[in-house]
Amino acid sequence: MAKKGWDEFEIGAMLRTFDGKIDDIAGTRQEDRAYSQNSSYTASVADWRLIKPIFNKDYCIDCQFCWIYCPDVSIISRDKKLIGVDMDHCKGCGICVEVCPTNPKSLLMFPEQADEETEIANWPKKDEEEA
Amino acid sequence: MSEMKKIKNLKEFSTSADRFEGANLLCPGCAHSIIVREVLNATNDDMVLSASTGCLEVCTAVYPYTSWDASWIHIGFENGSTAVAGAESMYKALKNKGRLKQPERNPKFVSFAGDGASYDIGFQWISGCMERGHNIMHVVLDNEVYANTGGQRSSSTPIGSSATTSPAGRVSYGEKKNKKDMVAIMAAHGIPYSAQVAPNKWKDMVKKIQHGFSVDGPVFINAVSPCTTEWKFDPKDTMHLTDLSTDTLVFPLYEIIDGHELNITYRPKNVIPVEEYLAAQGRFKHLFKDEYKYLIKEWQERVDANWAYLQRREEARV
Ligand SMILES: Cc1ncc(C[n+]2csc(CCOP(=O)(O)OP(=O)(O)O)c2C)c(N)n1
Ligand code: SF4
Ligand code: SF4
Ligand code: SF4
Ligand SMILES: [Mg+2]
Repeated sequence: MAKKGWDEFEIGAMLRTFDGKIDDIAGTRQEDRAYSQNSSYTASVADWRLIKPIFNKDYCIDCQFCWIYCPDVSIISRDKKLIGVDMDHCKGCGICVEVCPTNPKSLLMFPEQADEETEIANWPKKDEEEA
Repeated sequence: MSEMKKIKNLKEFSTSADRFEGANLLCPGCAHSIIVREVLNATNDDMVLSASTGCLEVCTAVYPYTSWDASWIHIGFENGSTAVAGAESMYKALKNKGRLKQPERNPKFVSFAGDGASYDIGFQWISGCMERGHNIMHVVLDNEVYANTGGQRSSSTPIGSSATTSPAGRVSYGEKKNKKDMVAIMAAHGIPYSAQVAPNKWKDMVKKIQHGFSVDGPVFINAVSPCTTEWKFDPKDTMHLTDLSTDTLVFPLYEIIDGHELNITYRPKNVIPVEEYLAAQGRFKHLFKDEYKYLIKEWQERVDANWAYLQRREEARV
């Protein structure tokens, strides 16, 4: 369906979160849901960010602190494992980095234009003082 | 009743499929959505939700978008609680008449509102809901200020906080009136459950929310919601601020059962001086000037007295 602009809806139109029928929302993963164009899931706030988190799975212990404390549902965990960051919805607040308990951290903030591969290759070493 | 969702630990909790979506317009680092996620993820049952006017409502229903994957209603500033209570009454009526299409589903009715919408403007509406005994949960996102309209004081704003209608300056140290004790006021309605929660203590919070869902009758929840914009701290520090709020005992975590039986649910191992909580926020910056330093001492005394009071009540079992 072609996406409608905000001023193209009929007054009084009913806007639904999903296209078609969905019976068990809490039992359906985001990737398996048929979001309609009226769910903010289909929108992006990526352009809010000046800094972004990069995830380095080498140090991650899957504690899920970042998952629970991310305000923007942007930490993607599946089967109790962190698999990545949703860069359409992440606002770059940095909370996930603050709450990450590993040493070195498994998530760090970088300028928006930073290259993921390069940063992971140059990941800081264990901070002995903190340990 | 449907079965309670099993949440043993955080790993298990992280298998929840969120029913609250990103690309809402809340500030980066806003605690409102952290609280909402913890409440929604505490159950797999259907939900009927409302939000009173305020940051959460304004930022999650920006036409033509919704950030909610559940039935959701907004009417006005004052009546989020009664909107959900109305839906709950209709549900009960249809159930009694045997007209529910899926009677086996067991929806949860939850109203979210700010402190302005709860402590002040929606106060009598919430009180009415509590008094009439609806099967609803009212959750306050307590950031102690009218955040969405630029930081006016509410009756939840604590002493010494600088708000736009009680600004600190040459002749004033900011807000002068004590924060209203809403949990006690709500408990005084004799409702089955009222509690204070904080999103950093997610396990305590989920337990209380699940208990709230399991009781028959109205439930009142006050959730501390550090506001990066109005409390003036860096967005990355939201959880640090929440930790400070619970571990200084500025926001003690407790519950009140059937309007009288008080249980403290979190006792910090190391209680942090209140001064550290105040120092971490721009809204209290002026308290560190020589002429206002006595207020920091008074703050600590108030927090100590409140903690002593809660402990006495817990012990007395009354
Ligand atoms: C009856 C009425 N009065 C005033 C307003 C303007 N208004 C909209 S949001 C808001 C502040 C909400 O504060 P609070 O309930 O604490 O929620 P927060 O934004 O802090 O989360 C105000 C004053 C309104 N919408 N309706
Ligand atoms: S930076 Fe903030 S929004 Fe982005 S993933 Fe981390 S906690 Fe979530
Ligand atoms: S907080 Fe850190 S260690 Fe824990 S799951 Fe997230 S990235 Fe991994
Ligand atoms: S002003 Fe405060 S409560 Fe409102 S969206 Fe921003 S951080 Fe959240
Ligand atoms: Mg508020």
